[in-house]
Amino acid sequence: MKYGLQFRDIFAAWESILDGVLTTLLLSACTMVGGLVIGVACAAAKVYGPGWLKRIVTVYVEVIRNTPLLVQLFLIFFGLPSFGLRLDGLTAAIIALVINLGAYTTEIVRAGLEAVPKAQVEAGHSLGLSGLQVFRYIVMFPALKAMFPALASQFVLLMLATSVVSQISVQDLFHAASIVQSRTFRDFEVYTVIGVLYLGLAFAFRGLFAGIYYMAFVRR
Amino acid sequence: MSLVEIHGISKSYGTVQVLKDVSLDIAKGEVVAVIGRSGSGKSTMLRCINGLEPIQAGSISVDGVKVNDPRTNLRKLRQEVGIVFQSFNLFPHLSVSDNITLAPRVVKKQAPDAAREVAREVLRRVGLEEKLDAFPSQLSGGQQQRVAIARSLAMRPKVMLFDEVTSALDPELTGEVLKVLESVAKEGMTMILVTHEMGFARRFGSRVVFMHEGRIHEEGQAAAVLAEPKTPELQTFLSAVLH
Amino acid sequence: MIRTFGTIDVLYLIAAARWTLALTAAAFAGSAVIGLILALARISPIAPLRWFTAAYIHVVQGTPLLVWLFLIFFGLPLIGISVNPWLAAAVAFSIYGSAFLGEIWRGALISIAKTQWEAGASLGLSLYEQLRHVIVPQSIRVAIPPTVGFLVQLIKNTSLAATIGLVELTREGQLTAAGTYKPFAVYITVACIYFAMCFPLTQWSRSLERRLDVAR
Repeated sequence: MKYGLQFRDIFAAWESILDGVLTTLLLSACTMVGGLVIGVACAAAKVYGPGWLKRIVTVYVEVIRNTPLLVQLFLIFFGLPSFGLRLDGLTAAIIALVINLGAYTTEIVRAGLEAVPKAQVEAGHSLGLSGLQVFRYIVMFPALKAMFPALASQFVLLMLATSVVSQISVQDLFHAASIVQSRTFRDFEVYTVIGVLYLGLAFAFRGLFAGIYYMAFVRR
Repeated sequence: MSLVEIHGISKSYGTVQVLKDVSLDIAKGEVVAVIGRSGSGKSTMLRCINGLEPIQAGSISVDGVKVNDPRTNLRKLRQEVGIVFQSFNLFPHLSVSDNITLAPRVVKKQAPDAAREVAREVLRRVGLEEKLDAFPSQLSGGQQQRVAIARSLAMRPKVMLFDEVTSALDPELTGEVLKVLESVAKEGMTMILVTHEMGFARRFGSRVVFMHEGRIHEEGQAAAVLAEPKTPELQTFLSAVLH
Repeated sequence: MIRTFGTIDVLYLIAAARWTLALTAAAFAGSAVIGLILALARISPIAPLRWFTAAYIHVVQGTPLLVWLFLIFFGLPLIGISVNPWLAAAVAFSIYGSAFLGEIWRGALISIAKTQWEAGASLGLSLYEQLRHVIVPQSIRVAIPPTVGFLVQLIKNTSLAATIGLVELTREGQLTAAGTYKPFAVYITVACIYFAMCFPLTQWSRSLERRLDVAR
C-alpha cells in the first residue's frame, strides 16, 4: 500500500492547533507556579518543621511519586463528583498537575536546601546572624543554584506530561491532535506535527530556563 | 641503538606549549631520573612515551617501534612499556591477584593458573606475596603502589615509566616504595622516573634530566649534575627542593 | 447494567496488574537493549555517532510519551504497518525509555575516573577490553539505584497504554468505574495497587543509593 504524506489539511487546521498550544502553555505555567509554591512550602516543612508535619509531607510525597499521574487525574475528575465536588476539566487538570508537580518539587527543593554544607550555617550563626538572616544571606542563593537544573528539567517533563489532560477532554495541544485527526484521518502526519510542536515547546522552555540560570547564577 | 629514542618532540594544549623540541636517548639498562618544577612538562613527556598523550611534532620510538605512527599497534607497544602512576590506579573492583593477572590473561592469553603464578612471583619481588587475595581498599598507599609496580612487572616490559610514584604517599610510606624501585633497578630494568626524590636520583640514577618550561634545560651524570648544577635555574630548583 | 464495586472487582483489578507488569517487563527489555547502545555510542570516540545519539535523546526527551504511543498505534497502520496495542505500546515505551535509561547508564560509565581507562590502556587492553573488564564492572554499582528508579517511572508510565485500549491496570479501572459508577473507590483501589508495586522499588532504590554513598 502506498501512502503519500500530506500535511496541507493539517496546517489548514492551524487555529485548533494554536488554541491547543496556548492551553498547554497556560496549563504548564499555572502548574509550574503552583507546584513551586507547594514544593517550597513542603520542603521547608520537611527540613525545618516539627516531626508530625514532616511525616505528613513524607506521606504526600511518597503517595504521589509512586502512583501514575493519569490515575491521579481520573481520581480528581471522575472520583470527586461522588462527594458532590464537580470540577470542570481545566480546573481538575490544574489541581491534579499542581499536586503531582508539588511532590516532585518538594524533593528537589529539599535536596537543594540540604546541599548547603552545615558548616556554612554554623558559621553564619556564630557570626550572630538570626535564623532568617542565615537563610536569606547564606542558604538561599547556593540552594537555589543547586536545585535549579533539576527543577528546570522537572518542569520540562511536566510540560510534556500535561498531554494526559486530553484524556479528560481538556482542549490542550494533544487534544487538538484528535480534533484534527477526526477531520483529516491523517494520523501519522497529525501526531508528527504535534510531536514537533511539543519538541519546540520543550526547546523553548529549556532555552528560557538556561537563560534564567545564566542571568541569575553565572553572569553576576 | 638506544632503547628509547625521543627526537625533537613538541606538544601543545590549545595555545599552551608544554613540550618544546625535546630530545632524549635512553640506552638499555639505564635509569634516568627526570626532575623539574610542576608544569615543566616532565609528566607529559613520560605519558607521550607509551602513547597516552599524542605529540604534534617529532618522533618517539621504543625498541625501534615508532610510537607516533598511526600504523603502530599501540596495544602491542604498551605491553612492552610499563607505567606506574602517582595515584596507583589499581582497579578497585578486582583483587590484587586479578589486578595483576588481568592483562596477562586478556591481552597475552595466559592460562589463569600460569598468570596466577606470575602474580605470585612479581608480588614476591615487591614483598607482598601474602596480599595475593586482598583488595586494593584493604591496603595502605605504599602497598597499593607496590602492587601497581608488580602489575606492571607482570607484563615483562622492556622499559618502565614511573610518574611521581611516591608523591601521593605519606612520608613514612615512601621508603618501602623506593626500596622496591631500587631492587627493580638492580635487576637491570630500563627505567625512566619522574621524581622529586633527589636522594634516590643521586644513588640510583645513571643520569639526571632537568626540565624547565617544556625543554630539557640541563642533563648529565647524576652525581655531577646534582652536586654542581651549571644553570641558575637548576641551582634555584635544587636549593628549593633540598631545603 | 449497574453492579456494585465489591471484592471481586478488587481481585479483577489486582489480576489486571499482571498486564501492567508484563508491559513493564517488555518495555524494560526494549529500553535496556537500545539504552545500552545509546550509552556506548554517547561515549564512543566517533563524533558523528555521538551527535546522532545526542540528537535522538534530545528529541525523545522533548516529546510526550503519548505522542509516540499514538504515532505508532494510529499512524503506522496508515503507512501499511499494522500493529496491535501490545506491540505499539512495547515499541513506544522502548523508544521513550531508552532515551532515559541511555542517559542514566552513560552517567554511570562516565562516573568512572579517566585514570581507570588509562591504567587499562597502559596495560595493553583494547578499548573493548577496558570497557568489559575495568569500566563496566565498576559502573554497574553506580547504575543500579537509578535504574531501579527508572523502573518505577516505567510502571507508572505504562498507565498511558490505557489510552490506546490496552487492558492493563488503569484501563481495567476505567472499565470497572464505568460498570459500577463508583469511580472514586475504583481509582483509589487502582492507585493503591500501583503504590504497592512502586513503593517497595522506590525504597529499595534509596537503600542501594545510601549503601553506595557509604561505600564512597
